[in-house]
Amino acid sequence: MNSISLNADLAAVARLVVEAAMLIYTFAFLTFVYHLSRLANKKKSIRAAATKLERVGIILLAIAAVVHGVGVVLRGIAASRVPWANMYEFSITGSFVVVTIFLFALIIKDIRLLAAFVAGFNLLILGTADTIFWIPVKSLMPALQSYWLVIHVMVAVLATAFFNIAAALSIAYIFKTAKWVQVSKLKLVDLIRRILAVFPNEEKLERLSYRFNIIGFILWTFTLIAGAIWAERAWHRYWGWDTKEVWTFIIWTIYAGYLHANATRGWNGKRSAWLAVIGFVAILFNFTVVNLFFKGLHVYSGLK
Amino acid sequence: MPSSQSSKYVPNNEEVNLPAIGIKGWLRWTWRQLTSMRTALILLLLLAAAAIPGSVFPQRSADPNGVTSYFDANPVLAPILDKIQLFDVYTSAWFSAIYILLFTSLIGCVLPRTAAHWRALRLPPVPTPTNLKRMSAYRAVELPAKKKQHDALLAKAFAILKKQGYRVVLENPTPESGRVKASLGSVSAERGYLRETGNLIFHLSLIGVLIAVGIGGGLSYSGQRVLVEGESFVNNLAGYDSFSPGTFFNENQLVPFSVKLNKFEVDFYRDPSLKNQANAGTPTDFRAYVTTTLGSTGKQSQGRIRVNEPLAMPNANLYLTGNGYAPSITIRDAKGQIVYAGTTAFLPQDKNYTSLGVIKVTDVPKQYGIISFFYPTVGTLSSGALTSLYPDAALPLLSMNVYQGDLGINGGQPKNVFALDIKNMKQIAGGKSGVKGLRLQLGETVALPKGLGTVTFDGLKRFASLDVDYNPGGVWVLIFALLALAGVTTSLLVPRRRVWVRKTETGFELAALARGDDPILEKVITELAADLTAKPKKEKR
Repeated sequence: MNSISLNADLAAVARLVVEAAMLIYTFAFLTFVYHLSRLANKKKSIRAAATKLERVGIILLAIAAVVHGVGVVLRGIAASRVPWANMYEFSITGSFVVVTIFLFALIIKDIRLLAAFVAGFNLLILGTADTIFWIPVKSLMPALQSYWLVIHVMVAVLATAFFNIAAALSIAYIFKTAKWVQVSKLKLVDLIRRILAVFPNEEKLERLSYRFNIIGFILWTFTLIAGAIWAERAWHRYWGWDTKEVWTFIIWTIYAGYLHANATRGWNGKRSAWLAVIGFVAILFNFTVVNLFFKGLHVYSGLK
Repeated sequence: MPSSQSSKYVPNNEEVNLPAIGIKGWLRWTWRQLTSMRTALILLLLLAAAAIPGSVFPQRSADPNGVTSYFDANPVLAPILDKIQLFDVYTSAWFSAIYILLFTSLIGCVLPRTAAHWRALRLPPVPTPTNLKRMSAYRAVELPAKKKQHDALLAKAFAILKKQGYRVVLENPTPESGRVKASLGSVSAERGYLRETGNLIFHLSLIGVLIAVGIGGGLSYSGQRVLVEGESFVNNLAGYDSFSPGTFFNENQLVPFSVKLNKFEVDFYRDPSLKNQANAGTPTDFRAYVTTTLGSTGKQSQGRIRVNEPLAMPNANLYLTGNGYAPSITIRDAKGQIVYAGTTAFLPQDKNYTSLGVIKVTDVPKQYGIISFFYPTVGTLSSGALTSLYPDAALPLLSMNVYQGDLGINGGQPKNVFALDIKNMKQIAGGKSGVKGLRLQLGETVALPKGLGTVTFDGLKRFASLDVDYNPGGVWVLIFALLALAGVTTSLLVPRRRVWVRKTETGFELAALARGDDPILEKVITELAADLTAKPKKEKR
């Protein structure tokens, strides 16, 4: 059992690579923001020329994703296990999955306009991970030595990524349908309005968000069940209302509410969009505040 | 009363009759409200909100020590919070009320829907609506005036749709009758009944989960036992240090067997290059080697328990939940007579296993107790205090403070073996007693103060904390949970749609209607139109 080899030097390289990816994300993000502002321009010629800018942005994003992926893999090799056993690793792997799903979804669905959001979100997550969550590679505590670490956490990461993209779509929907955005005469709001005008229409945003959310919900249900199976092995009971279990349950219930809202007259549209956003806020809360400040069995931030 | 007078604005002298109808009506109204989707939605959101306090306040079920310290820290607030059950959120009246209402609503909604679905499964698809243009996907196709293609059209549509898994009926041409327009014949098809089947299975399985959790929890038990290497315990109530049974637990459920801890092993992370200091001393594996003996047959077998790897016994799983050191200590009185000899489990206080233990010496004229710290690899802090530098026993040391007086164990009340109540005792070694605390390395013997005799640190063993659990509901919870997962996946991903094809004078029209989300509705219509107009040879592909 002492064959575990941790490679601190390689972990340092992995960190550098992830930081390099952050730099490229920054360029991609700026390109997308600039692109959106051009799209919102009143002159048709400028709008038409913006498409090229978007292509540049997508290529930058793809390069960032590849570099990011290399960083994640190197971190895994340095720790000689899956790279998602603490908050730093979960953050870098999770954000990598988000960008990967987004890039693949581009092939099927035209959600290019979310690119600025995805690049910005990943930048934010990686920035937090690099500055606050970073810890040297560590061996796994015995409770985490299980193949369920691979299954349970990976599916949780996937679910989070789908919920993330859905939340972005719902935010766009909320802005697009907000009264104050439609009537305000402020210059800034006018800009937002013109940017939103290039987004898919409300109905399409709502439906796209729904589709990402149902995949997220199925994966989250699996995460919950897999977690219970693992808990039965590791903690001698399948459910014990540990703080993390509580929040997994809360998130599941919010999204169950979201699904019902979509089938309830008067609750679809704006209210269900808000539920999708609240659900995702709960996920972020679960990952940050619950991990760091709540007492419980899921203590693996590795931070003191 | 004549129907013309039944308008509610007409004064009614027969109001006496209303309450009777009213109660029934009210009940029906309440039931309808409770089983409506909107109520289910609100109850779900309420349930989510009601679960939050359980993560903010310590819960008796998950963290009893946390509750105790909360009471100590907030003596005024805690009893008030306790009144509204904030330390028992998940068994509280209000939390239970929400989920019981939610499940009542669920049952009230799902049972009628199951019946309706059962009927729908055996009915043919609905007749083709008169106006197909109003459907969410619609297309009209002109066909060249070749008679053959027109005749075969419906049969072809029937075959294609059947092949795609639709339930299909062929409707013959009907003449105009009253308001119904004449039809040249049509095909009505429906697919995706599995969507509702999945939906119902999901909701019914949730009821299954709830029942399995309830019954399983009632029949379950959980017992804890600390075992030092070489010790054994028997699976009966007396064998446990602590035991929490479910509501329907019966002592006969405990199958007689015994477990002996032969050896406990720990691996620590080792880095020969010494580069990775952050990991020095991180435990990488715990292993408890045990011998189990079945009471009924006397059959012995060897087993190993690890974290994540419980040992299965009849009606029980043995889990490894903790471990630590158990120093062997012998105490002799001034005449050299042994007054205490034992190997005592010391509770770890930090990650380097600085451990705390208590020894109570009762077989002497004046009782005394010892509070002892154990340091597996001792080191000294700049303050002069001792600490443990490494979790493995490289340089073990025991430090002891001695208290003389009433141990409080004569009253017959059970006392915590890991704590010493020093309220009625006087410190005679260590602290401010004027006598230095004792320090013993492995194998050493030192004198106790006041001529009480000597104490010897004879040896060092490890102990394992075992948790013995039984929950017959677990497997059923899992089965229902997996059914629920399968159900929800089916109900969210299988599209349910109706498709119609009708012959027109010049060709045909086709339409589709989705029930629920259906991302490919338009595509279905486009492809069906293409298939129907395709030349016969192309169709074979």
